[in-house]
Amino acid sequence: MEKKRPKSHLEEQIEENLRKAYKDKVAEVIPDRLLELLKQLKKQDSANGTA
Amino acid sequence: MALPDPRQGSANHASAQADPRDAIVAHLGPMRAFALSLTRNNAAADDLVQDTLVKAWKSFASFQPGTNLQAWLFTIERNTFYSDRRKAKREIADVDGAFAATLSEKPAHDGKLALSDFFVAFVQLPVEQREALTLVGATGYSYEEAAKTCAVAVGTIKSRVNRGRLRLIELLQLSADDALELTDRVTMSVVNASNAPHRFIG
Repeated sequence: MEKKRPKSHLEEQIEENLRKAYKDKVAEVIPDRLLELLKQLKKQDSANGTA
Repeated sequence: MALPDPRQGSANHASAQADPRDAIVAHLGPMRAFALSLTRNNAAADDLVQDTLVKAWKSFASFQPGTNLQAWLFTIERNTFYSDRRKAKREIADVDGAFAATLSEKPAHDGKLALSDFFVAFVQLPVEQREALTLVGATGYSYEEAAKTCAVAVGTIKSRVNRGRLRLIELLQLSADDALELTDRVTMSVVNASNAPHRFIG
């Protein structure tokens, strides 16, 4: 039977998962609507001449 | 796609025309990840990033060139999150179950903590601990940078990180113990069943 994990191992796993959860989300494809929004904001500015 | 602006000068002004806001696009990934740790919901996270982008674009004059753009964006993002939450007068407890489900399709048989199990525990933390853990534990911000981003004292961030870690250990240890206890109970009942007659009769 599997023995209870030592605490330090769990702590390590927590740190690893914290980084991985973040890294995985960062690496996701950026939705078009966000990229599109940046383009729109830029376009608005150049139309207003405030760029 | 931006067309060249006829009012802009000739090519030798190109560097002066470079918009520092063009650097924002490189931070969309981290902004989405930080937003997810705040909202715990993929759709809400992208809505938050969207609102943040509009605010950041309009208030870009308040960004000091040469300072950390990502930290500046994170500050706007969390301010937007908290002010939306205050307006809503309740914590949106719409935890994205689908998110946890997509994280880990296969159970870990190597004794490693599954990312889905981690997320289930993580979303139970108070938002202050989630953001502190994300900034310090995931993005690698120093306590000082995290404190500045969250506009609190360094000691406050340290204590939030520590309490968050302890709570995660507690939650994950608890579920590990539950599994262990269950296995033990089943094993014990088998052991007792076979031992009992000999132990108690006579």
